[in-house]
Amino acid sequence: MEQPINFFSGFSFNDLLFLGEAAGRTILISILSITIGTIFGCLFGWILQVSGTAGAVSVGAFLDIFRSVPLIIQLILFYNFAPMIGLSLDPFASGVIVLSIYAAALVANVARGGIEAVGRPMRRAARSLGMSYWQDMRYVVWPIGLRAVFPAWVGVALGVMKDSALVSVLGYVELLKASQILITRTQEPFIILTVAGAFYFALSYPLSRYSARLEERWSQ
Amino acid sequence: MIEIRDIHKYFGSLQVLKGIDLNVEKGEVLSVIGASGSGKSTLLYCINGLEKIQQGSIRVDDVDVHAKGTDINQLRQNLGMVFQQWNSFPHLTTIENVALSPRIVKKKSRAEARDIAAAQLKHVGLGDKLDVYPSALSGGQQQRLAIARALAMEPEYMLFDEATSALDPELVGEVLDTMRLLAEEGMTMICVTHEMGFARDVSDRVAFFHEGIMEEIGPPKQIFGDAISAHTQKFLANVR
Ligand SMILES: Nc1ncnc2c1ncn2[C@@H]1O[C@H](COP(=O)(O)OP(=O)(O)OP(=O)(O)O)[C@@H](O)[C@H]1O
Ligand SMILES: [Mg+2]
Repeated sequence: MEQPINFFSGFSFNDLLFLGEAAGRTILISILSITIGTIFGCLFGWILQVSGTAGAVSVGAFLDIFRSVPLIIQLILFYNFAPMIGLSLDPFASGVIVLSIYAAALVANVARGGIEAVGRPMRRAARSLGMSYWQDMRYVVWPIGLRAVFPAWVGVALGVMKDSALVSVLGYVELLKASQILITRTQEPFIILTVAGAFYFALSYPLSRYSARLEERWSQ
Repeated sequence: MIEIRDIHKYFGSLQVLKGIDLNVEKGEVLSVIGASGSGKSTLLYCINGLEKIQQGSIRVDDVDVHAKGTDINQLRQNLGMVFQQWNSFPHLTTIENVALSPRIVKKKSRAEARDIAAAQLKHVGLGDKLDVYPSALSGGQQQRLAIARALAMEPEYMLFDEATSALDPELVGEVLDTMRLLAEEGMTMICVTHEMGFARDVSDRVAFFHEGIMEEIGPPKQIFGDAISAHTQKFLANVR
């Protein structure tokens, strides 16, 4: 399809494809960060839970840094300082790393809450049946804790997806960056931001619907 | 046989058990009574290794519960425990609650575990509730579920920690009946209880605990009719 490229034109079908492709990158970076962040977050959450006050102070303080420093500052700092320690990372890799750590810090608290949602009596009952520590974790704590904190985890996941827009400051062309590029060219911010917003909605709506359905099923 | 030799148990600086000596023979039903805080629950937790002891020893069929090399998960399969709170696994149906540990701990096949679970649920009178979730059961039914869950591991000993204390009065009977049934079948049982009727009618011996010491132990007749210790007399006078 040969279309004359016309700068400063209106919003075209090709632009929609361009945004769609960028949305794909938003999905990619979000899924990667949420997955990695969730795995490490569960690990940190477990450490926070088993190590009691000592762990809560040291690991907790470490995670607090990533929870409280604005993500945009973390991204810029990491992207600019990583080369100094010999890491030359492209914007995508930097974004995944920073977002993953950020997600892990958020998930850690959720995971700890999940483990703590299963009281000591329940865990003793499981152990009294001959279950090992890890069997108790896998078959009792995990399913009960997961149900307890799943809504909170979905909140974190949706938040990370929206926050992935900040990776645009490193020049990674995800949904927000793509919108900015198009706005500069077409001077039609209203349409473009509406379309971008619709994309974000289309990405998060299925997840929140699905989680609502799961919660409904679990609650009966 | 359960052999308890001079056990001492501390929580921090608080001494909760102060030198308990006790043998429980196969087939015996022992009731443990005493005031709140006297260490009855702690004794049970020490027997199945949920709590550590600082001195003394506990042997179950000649296996030292607290020795380093002991496979505690193996040992606990032989020591069923029922708690005051029934602790049903809320995410599993009744039959899944019971089948879980035979399947994952004893490595039975799914079908075998279900058969065991169904049989035990029938045993405690829940044969018609196999596929409901615990939230649909009454407290008494959940406590019987907890008993079935413990029995599914085919233990030779059962430890009951005030199995009826958290129940509404009208539900106590069905759980006590189940415990009676087990006693009649010859199960070895240690029952911490506030149900004096049960202690008197069902147990072979009754032990009275007072502030971490086993003050008195003997046949129900003796404890309830002719207690030696002034503490025992006072306690029994108050519960009646
Ligand atoms: N995990 C714990 N940490 C600290 N102290 C504890 C702990 N568990 C029990 N205790 C204390 O140990 C003492 C004995 O408790 P235990 O639960 O064995 O008493 P009990 O005879 O079962 O009483 P009840 O009839 O109220 O159940 C109590 O003073 C209690 O406060
Ligand atoms: Mg108690």
